[in-house]
Amino acid sequence: MFDLALKMLLGDRAKYVMLISGLSFASLLMTEQAAIFCGIMQWSGSTLDNVSAPIWVVDPMVEQVNDTDSLRDTDLNRVRSVEGVAWAAPFYSGILRTRLEDGSFKFVQLIGIDATTFAGAPTEIVEGKLEDLRLPNTVILDEYGTKKLSQDPSRPIKVGDTFEINDHEARVVGICKARMSFSGNPYMFTTYEQAVQYAPSTRKMLSCVLAAPEPGVKASEVAERISKATGLKACTKNNFFWLTVWWYIKNTGIPVAFGATVLLGFIVGVAISSQTFYSFVLENLRNLGALKAMGASDKVLAQMVLLQTLTVGLIGYGCGVGAASLFGLVVLEKGMPPFALPWVLPVMTLAAILFICLLAAYLGIRKIGRLEPAVVFRG
Amino acid sequence: MDTLAIKTEHVCKGFGAGEARTEVLKDIAFDAKVGEVLMLVGPSGCGKTTLLSVIAGTLSVDRGEVEVFNEPLHKLDKSAVTRFRAANIGFIFQQYNLIPTLNCTENVSVPLRIQGCKSALAERKAAEMLEKVGLGNRTRHRPNMLSGGQQQRVAIARALVHEPRLIICDEPTAALDSENGAKVMDILSGFAKSPGRCVIIVTHDNRIFKHADRMTFMEDGRIDRTESKQKAA
Repeated sequence: MFDLALKMLLGDRAKYVMLISGLSFASLLMTEQAAIFCGIMQWSGSTLDNVSAPIWVVDPMVEQVNDTDSLRDTDLNRVRSVEGVAWAAPFYSGILRTRLEDGSFKFVQLIGIDATTFAGAPTEIVEGKLEDLRLPNTVILDEYGTKKLSQDPSRPIKVGDTFEINDHEARVVGICKARMSFSGNPYMFTTYEQAVQYAPSTRKMLSCVLAAPEPGVKASEVAERISKATGLKACTKNNFFWLTVWWYIKNTGIPVAFGATVLLGFIVGVAISSQTFYSFVLENLRNLGALKAMGASDKVLAQMVLLQTLTVGLIGYGCGVGAASLFGLVVLEKGMPPFALPWVLPVMTLAAILFICLLAAYLGIRKIGRLEPAVVFRG
Repeated sequence: MDTLAIKTEHVCKGFGAGEARTEVLKDIAFDAKVGEVLMLVGPSGCGKTTLLSVIAGTLSVDRGEVEVFNEPLHKLDKSAVTRFRAANIGFIFQQYNLIPTLNCTENVSVPLRIQGCKSALAERKAAEMLEKVGLGNRTRHRPNMLSGGQQQRVAIARALVHEPRLIICDEPTAALDSENGAKVMDILSGFAKSPGRCVIIVTHDNRIFKHADRMTFMEDGRIDRTESKQKAA
């Protein structure tokens, strides 16, 4: 009977296409919007990914990585003195304005790292040498910055090019790979000493202390010791990332905006597929009544309906998630908008689509359950 | 003494509740014999279709007894009645009730599939049955590609394919011309004559009365009279 159930479904082309389209659209909307939300959240913590350090020590009032309050220079040595700390290095992070050759200006996320150890340096240099950062007035720019800071997008900035940061000359000595920042500004790496020269002078310039545990000691354990010994907030990289994500979830309208769109996708899916499938059942009521009269049990008919809904559900899900993945490939190539598709998103979309299918099937099965087979004898 | 295929006694069936309740079958006593074509006739609303539904087990009775081939349907639970119907009863409906998205072979194979027969075997038997009703060259056609007479012959093939003992027909010739109506009745009469079978037909169509072995007349929810072939003719 199940092959006949599929033929009955495929035979009604208009409804079949409508069901697949509705479920594909719902899957696409739910997956794509949730993936963009995840991408934005990933961008919010991109400094943590671009600066590789297992422990981050900040002012106790700091809530997230993009909004740090400066520490005293002596805090660096206080962190170094804590038992279990293998190394601790100064770190500067701030948004500064660059002036380009034609007089226009762009903002950059300036990162200052320890010149001696290069702790927190970018992990992948695609052009130039990290050591050249020790030369005066030098920076390493990320790939996105080479296009964004260029006057002519077809002629990106190269190693050796210069521009101004806060009236100081900056010469590009390397290009690196980096994840895009939440603000959309390119990352620019220099030494800590050079960064405090570029940045407008304030009483305290140390944004953060980067640290690492000694071999065999857990980072979380050392972070706890640092907090106790110094009174500063010390977090593992992972903890700081989630603090940052939660800060954006609690303090911005981003989750509501994307959540509303995801909900809309779900509602559209429920509305289109439930209504279309219910009308499919209604139109086939006489045929289903005939099957019932001929001896098909309610169980068999319910299984047929379930098979039909799950078939359109899985095809629609495949099309929707496939389209969302394709969209992701294109935008990841371009770098905009943010997009991250962790495995949990397709799984959650699948769960939502299965729920929609089961709801549609339930409505149909309930109708069939109440159907008197004697209906086929009525004119 | 003829063997009874169907026997009902004191059957009552009503619909609705309270003042709106209507008694459709009133103390019906009815029988049909093995080997006969029995026609159930009467004016619209007299309860023919309800009696047919009760005999088929698609409607339960409020009171009374219904036995089909000695099986007391009134005592069986819903799933047992469904199984009995699948194995023993074939249906021919006025509107044919062929599934429009399936071809003739698939439509005819439905009763066999309901009984759990494998698809390939069911379709082979269905194709053979279509050959017997003269539609061997229409096996892959969909119902909308056939004439009314051809569709009704597909419906007959579907009713016969699982070799039921009882065929229940609701106005099988109402939508057919005389020639096609006669063809349909020839097939049904032939079936009734094969061993251990019975055909019950509800009809208004006086063109086919001559095919009846007996005719039972209903009036206002009751059996008015039953006439044998000679008398009916």
